[in-house]
Amino acid sequence: MTSALTIESLRKTFGSAPDIVHVLDNADLELSRGQSLALTGESGSGKSTLLHICAGLEPFDSGKVMLAGQDIAQADDSARAALRRTSVGLIFQQFNLVPSLNVAANLAFQARLAGRHDPGFVAELARRLGIAELMARYPEQLSGGQQQRVAIGRCLAARPRLVLADEPTGNLDEATGDAVLDLMLELAAQAGAALLLATHSTRLAARCNLRVHLRAGKLQVSA
Amino acid sequence: MTRAALQALLSHWLRSPFQLAMLLAGLALATALWSGVQALNAEARAAYATAENLLGDGTSAQLESPSGRMPEGEFARLRRAGWDVSPVVEGRASLGDTRVTVLGIEPLTASSGGTSAELVTPDLTGFLAGVGFAHPRTLNEIGTSQPDLRPSQAIPIGTVLMDIAQAQTLLDMRGHITRLTLAPVQRDGLTPLNTLAPDLRLVAPGDGTDLAGLTDSFHLNLTAFGLLAFTVGLFIVHSAVGLAFEQRRTMFRTLRALGVPLRHLALLLAAELALFAILAGMAGLALGYLMAATLLPDVAATLRGLYGAPVPGTLRFDPVWALAGMGMTLAGTALAGGQALWRLWRLPVLAPAQPRAWAHAGARSLRLQGGVAVALAIIALILAQINGGLITGFALLAAALLAAALIMPLVLAGGLALGQRLARGPVAQWFWADSRQNLPRLSLALMALLLALATNIGVGTMVSSFRTTFIAWLDQRLVAEVTVTPRTPSEARALQNFLQTHADATLPMQRIDARLAAQPGQVYAMKDHATFRDNWPLLDAVPHVWDRLAAGEGVLVNEQLARRAGLRPGTATLEMPDIGVLPVLGVYSDYGNPLAQATLGLDRFTGAWPDTPVRQFALRSENPQALITALQDEFGLPGNQITDQAQAKALSLAVFERTFLITGALNVLTLSIAAIALFAALVTLSGMRLVQLAPLWALGLTTRRLAALELGRALVLAGMTLVLALPVGLVLAQILLAVINVQAFGWRLPLQFFPADWARLAFWAGLAVLAAALLPAWRLWRHGPHQLLKVFAHEK
Ligand SMILES: Nc1ncnc2c1ncn2[C@@H]1O[C@H](COP(=O)(O)OP(=O)(O)O)[C@@H](O)[C@H]1O
Ligand SMILES: [Mg+2]
Repeated sequence: MTSALTIESLRKTFGSAPDIVHVLDNADLELSRGQSLALTGESGSGKSTLLHICAGLEPFDSGKVMLAGQDIAQADDSARAALRRTSVGLIFQQFNLVPSLNVAANLAFQARLAGRHDPGFVAELARRLGIAELMARYPEQLSGGQQQRVAIGRCLAARPRLVLADEPTGNLDEATGDAVLDLMLELAAQAGAALLLATHSTRLAARCNLRVHLRAGKLQVSA
Repeated sequence: MTRAALQALLSHWLRSPFQLAMLLAGLALATALWSGVQALNAEARAAYATAENLLGDGTSAQLESPSGRMPEGEFARLRRAGWDVSPVVEGRASLGDTRVTVLGIEPLTASSGGTSAELVTPDLTGFLAGVGFAHPRTLNEIGTSQPDLRPSQAIPIGTVLMDIAQAQTLLDMRGHITRLTLAPVQRDGLTPLNTLAPDLRLVAPGDGTDLAGLTDSFHLNLTAFGLLAFTVGLFIVHSAVGLAFEQRRTMFRTLRALGVPLRHLALLLAAELALFAILAGMAGLALGYLMAATLLPDVAATLRGLYGAPVPGTLRFDPVWALAGMGMTLAGTALAGGQALWRLWRLPVLAPAQPRAWAHAGARSLRLQGGVAVALAIIALILAQINGGLITGFALLAAALLAAALIMPLVLAGGLALGQRLARGPVAQWFWADSRQNLPRLSLALMALLLALATNIGVGTMVSSFRTTFIAWLDQRLVAEVTVTPRTPSEARALQNFLQTHADATLPMQRIDARLAAQPGQVYAMKDHATFRDNWPLLDAVPHVWDRLAAGEGVLVNEQLARRAGLRPGTATLEMPDIGVLPVLGVYSDYGNPLAQATLGLDRFTGAWPDTPVRQFALRSENPQALITALQDEFGLPGNQITDQAQAKALSLAVFERTFLITGALNVLTLSIAAIALFAALVTLSGMRLVQLAPLWALGLTTRRLAALELGRALVLAGMTLVLALPVGLVLAQILLAVINVQAFGWRLPLQFFPADWARLAFWAGLAVLAAALLPAWRLWRHGPHQLLKVFAHEK
């Protein structure tokens, strides 16, 4: 199994002494292609920070993060941007969509950036996410849940090797959330992609292959 | 509650001090330009009043001779007949290092209405013994070694007031006077003046060359410019207030949810605006005063050059002016902030915090805007058909400019939509779509830019067209190689004899003052000579015009007179004083002259006014330098009485350039304000745009690329604005040349194109826009990751 993401002795602090916050303290993590991993932890424990680091958005203090065989710390800004374009898919809880593009354009956007646009696949995704009727709308005309599903569709349409999802179903009701997670797991498995899912729902976490819990800056594998 | 709410509202400005600075700067600049222009106008008008009040000319009638002078005996004769008249001697003379207007009065009979009486009465014996008065600046120019002159602010610049006997000596007019002033109240039962003195002309009070009237158009021009700059400034205020309102929507909602009544909130916001207006207004007044003080010498030079108006070059402070300026600022702020308050009023408590449906709400207001623009354009078209006065002309100008400004966002939106349709690739498509979406937030600043650019192009084209025409015209008018000005009639006679053998041709310049078609004007004599036949700038003429003029069959009139009185050669006639009705043979251009003018053949002229002194000789010569030397040797003429052609042209051109100095300065100021407006909008927008840009960054666009795209977008929008500004500016120029100039000055100029000027303007505008866009783009590039990450970090 090839590694999609490797984290070794990762340290991340915010602020400076005496108000220093150790968000990540010697964290280690290994995620292979085709695997799904649930990252749980209390609010404010550092889940989002970890995901941002993995996406090359947030710098870190020390340690090593390998993404698609590339050391993020060694990559410069444009190399990290290229990684995000081609290898990583990000799903946030909010602020996901490009406000000036309609749903159809948003769905295709990431895939086109990555040079992997497949209109048939996008249509299929839209149908399965239940947003096929919304294609002409703009993000501001969608509810939070609809926006989230478009964001998930946009990420999956680009077929990234690593999907980083930060509480992606937070705005969805339980049934829809479950269905959407099913879809994400299915597509990730199909494409041989890895999925890193930050969530505080144990029910969702239970559906992933692996589970780690973040507490006091340490990652603990849980049952 | 008030304190807490106010604190919350003001906290916004503390967190975005830059936005506050822009708002205040916009207000201050608008105030400065408007009040500066008003200060200039007020100062000039005060100067006209000084000149008018000196002899009470505004209230007393005058008796004049068409030849410009009359024997002293007339005065005694009319006094004996019981008329309460007083003699005045007026003329130009060299005094010390300069030439001044010498004004001689007879203090014992002079009317007690004018300010001169107040000056003279306290020390009558001194005055009679030779004490004179002049403005301190005039005294400076005259220099030392002068007769007994005392400073007085009540005397117009460039004039010296003295006793009539002194003045006669100085002007070499012994035994003669220039005119008689009539006291407003006369005894009953006197012999009527037209039987007593049929040769003299009675001029009603305020009927002479009324400076205030002549210069009205100039001041109206200035006011229009000031108003335009003020409007551009208000655009800044409007967009800053609007953006701040949008940013504080959530806060308004929260405050209202926490129990602050709407009325209270609106009042607080109004108070906040008023506070800003007062702060910025004070700064603006100070700035305006400085600006006026800096520009006043130019304006004074312009007015002296154009109209011979005596305007001092120094500024006084007038509290009424300051209050009026502050009032204008408050009113402007109310206007610019009114929309935001209105929207607050109508905002439901639970309005979505996100500015929802900008694109859609925008589409509706865009349609409305387009409708208003079309209506304004129709009004402009109608106004262009009406041959109204200057006010109509300015209304036409305003309607055309406003229509263009309002239609601009629509055109830009169309252009951006086209760009989006043609774009290939996801980033390019996003670029156009995003520009479209942000257009409403930028369109006010872009409108300001459009107005500034169009004004620049319009006024620049007008001035350049004028300059080209004027230079060509000078070549036609200033054909004579040398002009010489005799100091006295006897010198004139001696000169004429001398010149008969020394110059190739001697063309005497004679004129009388006259009312032509009920306007103040002058009649000139013209010798039949090739100089005129070959060069005179005729705009329109009957066949064989020169032969007929030489034969005394009619007159030529200047363009001003022809336009104002509707005179067309061949069909029109003109009533000439002492001669009667004569056909109009031709019309010639006469730029820079505020007066009506008619030209007669020399014989016809001397037949009607035989004693008219020669004011100047225009001389033709193969060897002008030798002629000048000969004149100096023979007559000992000082330098300022002999002018060669090059000097004359240089002088006229200098006057011309000074006339438009102030226009150039205001042009630059207006463009700067527009650049600041764009800068303010872009900087404010850049904060709000983080949320829009963050997803793209997360999807793998580098901040450098995003910054470059932001910069490119500002340039694309500015470029489109410039392209739109070009036709608008040319329409503006055409209105200025064909309507405003005709109404204000009486001449119409052909529109000419100056692409090099446009290129230069495009370069400067591009630079200004680049400067305005650089800081936000640079911040995005440098601090982008940190800022953008915050968007995600604070997402919950
Ligand atoms: N930019 C920042 N500056 C300072 N502290 C931050 C910043 N971003 C996050 N933090 C802090 O880091 C901790 C982890 O935050 P986050 O990763 O958002 O937690 P989670 O996503 O698990 O709720 C929190 O205590 C938060 O306050
Ligand atoms: Mg989080």
